[in-house]
Amino acid sequence: MATMELVRRSASSSPAFQPGAQEIAKLIDVSKCIGCKACQAACLEWNDLREEVGFNDGTLNNPHDLTPASFTVMRFTEWENAATGNLEFLIRKDGCMHCSDPGCLKACPAPGAIVQYSNGIVDFDHDKCIGCGYCVKGCPFNIPRISKADHKAYKCTLCSDRVAVGQGPACAKACPTKAISFGTKQEMKDLADKRIKDLKGRGYANAGLYDPPGVSGTHVMYVLHHNDRPSLYAGLPDAPKISAVVELWKGVAKYAGLAFIGLAAVGAAVHHIVAGPNKVSSEDEENAVRLKEKA
Amino acid sequence: MASLSSTHDKPVLVDRYAAGARINHWVTAISFILLALSGLAFFTPSLYFLTGLFGGGQLARTLHPWIGVVLFVSFSGLFVRFWKANLWNRDDSAWMSKLPDVVAGHEEKLPEIGKYNAGQKLVFWGMALLILVLFATGLVIWQQYFGAASSIDQQRVALLLHAAAAVGTILIWIVHVYAAIWVRGTIQAMTRGNVTGGWGWRHHRKWLREEVQKGEVKTQPAE
Ligand code: HEM
Ligand code: SF4
Ligand code: SF4
Repeated sequence: MATMELVRRSASSSPAFQPGAQEIAKLIDVSKCIGCKACQAACLEWNDLREEVGFNDGTLNNPHDLTPASFTVMRFTEWENAATGNLEFLIRKDGCMHCSDPGCLKACPAPGAIVQYSNGIVDFDHDKCIGCGYCVKGCPFNIPRISKADHKAYKCTLCSDRVAVGQGPACAKACPTKAISFGTKQEMKDLADKRIKDLKGRGYANAGLYDPPGVSGTHVMYVLHHNDRPSLYAGLPDAPKISAVVELWKGVAKYAGLAFIGLAAVGAAVHHIVAGPNKVSSEDEENAVRLKEKA
Repeated sequence: MASLSSTHDKPVLVDRYAAGARINHWVTAISFILLALSGLAFFTPSLYFLTGLFGGGQLARTLHPWIGVVLFVSFSGLFVRFWKANLWNRDDSAWMSKLPDVVAGHEEKLPEIGKYNAGQKLVFWGMALLILVLFATGLVIWQQYFGAASSIDQQRVALLLHAAAAVGTILIWIVHVYAAIWVRGTIQAMTRGNVTGGWGWRHHRKWLREEVQKGEVKTQPAE
């Protein structure tokens, strides 16, 4: 589990992610979360971050959004379940999903500023980041944030520095209800299965695992009581995938654009060779002189 | 007034661009080239090394949009100067219908043309339109100041349009620069500000006639 072999770099040709035996995952069991934010505090502490003192907007969301200093936030939703008449308090720990097919990495123009390890972790290398914000546009989950202080992109690292030495993420360690678990992806899927069976037995017929295939699966997964409607949980995308616009921009547009530019340059050179320079003749000059004299 | 005899061995010169227009053009040209170089560095990893010209990736990212602002202001100046002379007329349609002769350099088969031919006018209007698109989309994707001003979906579309418009302007730029090189005697219009009478006679005869009428055509002063 401690292997951190690099398999993909941004803006470099490298093969698509191949899930291997080393693949890890964090499982967030939304049904067990009590919204205490111990994970948020642990994240700040481990990553040595200081969030600005904010303000209360009348909800428990604090801070209100991910920021360059808050790699994870709890998002609270009050939802009236029409079927049962119950008011449900849905709490989701938001943060990077560590996609197998990461849109951030696809969009990034700086070679090596975003890397993907063989265990599935997607990490930012701040020395190489140029602060363009392309990762923000590439991500289907609206995760990366660009710091106004150093103009670099920040997001959850899945505690890659801890995982590299055989530890689990700080948030998982801090969670008092064990709503956050960490292990190999297979272990986490097995654990999720048990939890889903339990939830189904307790009336949550649509309980399920959120491991969206649109991004080839993720390395942060949720157990949701309402897996038929992920968007209930503060807008978790129902079917996330890299935007078609981003695919077009980083795919056809790139190759067609370069091809056209190359063809135009070659075309101009060939034209010059074939047609030769378009020169003014001495006759032209004489005609001009005559025109002037007549005037 | 030069004597008649002396005019026969010296070509006449016609002023084409005053100093202000030339400075305006070169500010536009230099900022455009810098924008293309830095932009292409972001566009494709194989050209990322071009960020080195700007002092690295962070600086290239910072400078590009500011140079864009310079380009936009500067091009607006060119637009105000030249838009009238670039309005389309009947000669332009006739000229366009003889494109094969244009490409082959058979100018004797083309209609007489005013200050700008149809090709130059298309370059002008194409650049005007695409620079407007580049400026508008460039603001949308300017993360540092406008990152929060639009939705991520809008920014994705803006980024695609910006890249496409950039490719468009670079293609037009290649045509523009190549034409200036191919048609010998053109570049001095933007360096020294004038062209020879023969150049005017061959490529823009209507314009030359107008300049002669206005008495704007001078004999080249003796060295
Ligand atoms: C007119 C004002 C312009 C503005 C405000 C502007 C702004 C931007 C911004 C903000 C970016 C993102 C990278 C960064 O933050 O530096 C960008 C990228 C880019 N710009 Fe511009 N730009 C302008 C004009 C141009 C022009 C004239 C060209 C081409 C000749 C150009 C070519 C590009 C290219 C190729 C990219 C990269 C797109 C990609 O990654 O696919 N830009 N521009
Ligand atoms: S959630 Fe967003 S930032 Fe995280 S790996 Fe996926 S695309 Fe990248
Ligand atoms: S902000 Fe940094 S990490 Fe994000 S796309 Fe740009 S260079 Fe890559």
